[in-house]
Amino acid sequence: MNLEGKQQIWNDYQKEIADDHYFYARSCIRQTFFPGSEWAYLDIMKNKLGKDVVDDPRHTTCTGIGYHSDIVPAETIMTVVARHFALMTEAGYENMTPSCITSFGIYTEILETWEHHPEIEEKIREYLWKATKREFNKPKNLAHTSDIIYKFRNEIATQSKYKLVNVHTGRPLRGVDHIGCHYSKMFPTKGIGGAEFPAVLSGLIYAWGGDVIDYPERRHCCGFGFRQYLVMANRGYSVANSKKKFESMQPYQPDFIVANCPGCAMFMDKWQYTISEMEGTTYGQDGYGIPVLTYEELSALVLGYDPWEIGLQMHQVSVEPLLDKMGIPYDPEAKYKNVRGENIGAPKCPTYLRVANL
Amino acid sequence: MAKVIIIGGGPAGCEAAHQLANQGIEVELVEKSNETGGNLNNWYQLFPDRKYAKDLNAILKGHLEHPNIRLHLGMEPKKIEKSKTGKFNVPLTDGSLLEGDSLLVATGFKIFDARRKEEYGYGIYENVITSVELENMFYNHAITTAGGNTPKRVGIIHCVGSRDEKVCNYHCSKLCCITGVKQAIEIRELLPEAEIFCFYMDMRMFGPGYEEMYREAQEKYNIKFIRGRLSEAAENMQKQLQIKVEDTLVGKPLRMTLDMMILLVGMESSEGTRQTAGELGLNLAPNGFIQPQDPHYRNNFTNVEGVFVAGCGSAPMNLTDTLADARSAASCITAYVKNHKI
Repeated sequence: MNLEGKQQIWNDYQKEIADDHYFYARSCIRQTFFPGSEWAYLDIMKNKLGKDVVDDPRHTTCTGIGYHSDIVPAETIMTVVARHFALMTEAGYENMTPSCITSFGIYTEILETWEHHPEIEEKIREYLWKATKREFNKPKNLAHTSDIIYKFRNEIATQSKYKLVNVHTGRPLRGVDHIGCHYSKMFPTKGIGGAEFPAVLSGLIYAWGGDVIDYPERRHCCGFGFRQYLVMANRGYSVANSKKKFESMQPYQPDFIVANCPGCAMFMDKWQYTISEMEGTTYGQDGYGIPVLTYEELSALVLGYDPWEIGLQMHQVSVEPLLDKMGIPYDPEAKYKNVRGENIGAPKCPTYLRVANL
Repeated sequence: MAKVIIIGGGPAGCEAAHQLANQGIEVELVEKSNETGGNLNNWYQLFPDRKYAKDLNAILKGHLEHPNIRLHLGMEPKKIEKSKTGKFNVPLTDGSLLEGDSLLVATGFKIFDARRKEEYGYGIYENVITSVELENMFYNHAITTAGGNTPKRVGIIHCVGSRDEKVCNYHCSKLCCITGVKQAIEIRELLPEAEIFCFYMDMRMFGPGYEEMYREAQEKYNIKFIRGRLSEAAENMQKQLQIKVEDTLVGKPLRMTLDMMILLVGMESSEGTRQTAGELGLNLAPNGFIQPQDPHYRNNFTNVEGVFVAGCGSAPMNLTDTLADARSAASCITAYVKNHKI
């Protein structure tokens, strides 16, 4: 592996990312499965980096899952997205920052479509006006929230309390960076580092002291692939794709996986349990799985947030082995308690996949 | 005596110089490198007869030892101007000034930069090399991986940078197919035990002896040809390449591990071609090569009177066609200077 060759590609694919004043667009999947993740992002942005971010409760789904499943027509999703732009405009903002990779891909695709077909944009403006009496400006800057974290990775490193370094051995922790397909595979120039060797997450890992694993199936889809997962009869394809990735990365003994797509994080986390129940196979050390983190969660850990405060107990795969390696203290007794200290109940113990403190 | 300036000392420039000199025309041959031969210097053997490239190069160089030819090695035109009287003025980088009655553009091609096909990992994965680098291994009679091992499985990827909308090259480079066949045979001769695969879109065996060589590669040399375009390559822990490709004849995706992957890099118009065209106002075809006046009967003429083109400055072509094109251009230029009573 020639790192200089990669760095050349990273230099070729840089993008403009706004400095401040962001309109935040939440993710359906992320706020459902990793609710602490979006909270952590907003807290880091506002209280650690001192940035201005608007989180508008009137924001809705972009309907991307329905669109990619052929349920929602193109005109409908464009009108929904136009409404998001209208909310941004009404709030006085110009920089759109979606949390979801699907939404980021949708926004990018729609803006590109309007660029080449202004007549479609005009039609959508008319639909939005008829439906809501709203008007909008297109965002001046569109960046995924992982782009934002990438932009401020060095500031985060400066404030970090923990490094991506094994405190017992002093060696850099080895991370797998998994990039959502819709981040840059559709529009390589819209992603940091392009589509083949994206730098958006590997840049975080390097900046925070870790090392990146380049394994053969690095580019492969996590297996979400809307139709694969949503149609139950196709769900085996989804598991098979994830399995292919786990088998490819396992020989490198990754300490963690970090993903920027909420769907990827969810499937790579939960399918490890599914595969263990189907085949009795686990991919981490000592019967554990490989911890899967969102980039917000990884940022928060580095910055010293409490693991349970950012919702890591919601993960299927135990994160404790990673916390131990990073030297992050945690209270095992508090794992399944809410903020008021009440017990929220522990999940059932899987047959094969080892779960800490169960 | 009429005088012609030739820009480019590759095979086309050398052959045209020789032909023009034999017609009693003075030639100023300008070559930016310190030796003539152009891309021929990077090749070991030629198809289809397996002639050594250096032997052909020696013949072409020998022809330049002619009293009518003045060679300007290591020189580049600082600019190229056509005067109102129709003469061409070309100041060189050493400060000298060339004057000519006609100008021949023989600026050739450049090899496609394989790094632009990012998904193939050239420049990143150490066992991905280009067909040009493989020729250098043939020179040394040794094919080894970057780690110094003898490869057991070798894959040759056709059409790298050619017929590829993603890199904005729609044109066919013509030579890669037969180059792949020739190189696969040469690999077999050096590595009798290796598995050798060629991944192709079409096999375009347009030259005499090419189809026969292709057949021989399969029947005698046991080269396996798989119709399918490579989608991506990745490196495993052993520094092998894991490739994904679709076998379009079987209709199934294929995953394979290679010890070495060779990219048959295509041809693009050279910087010299584009620069010369820009200075003289020559029309370029959509593929970036110089647009001849007519593809059939005025293929050496450009849109500027007195400026001619020969060889791969106007299109990808093999050496046979390049040399024939150079002779054709020399014939056109000879007629031009006679008609203008120069």
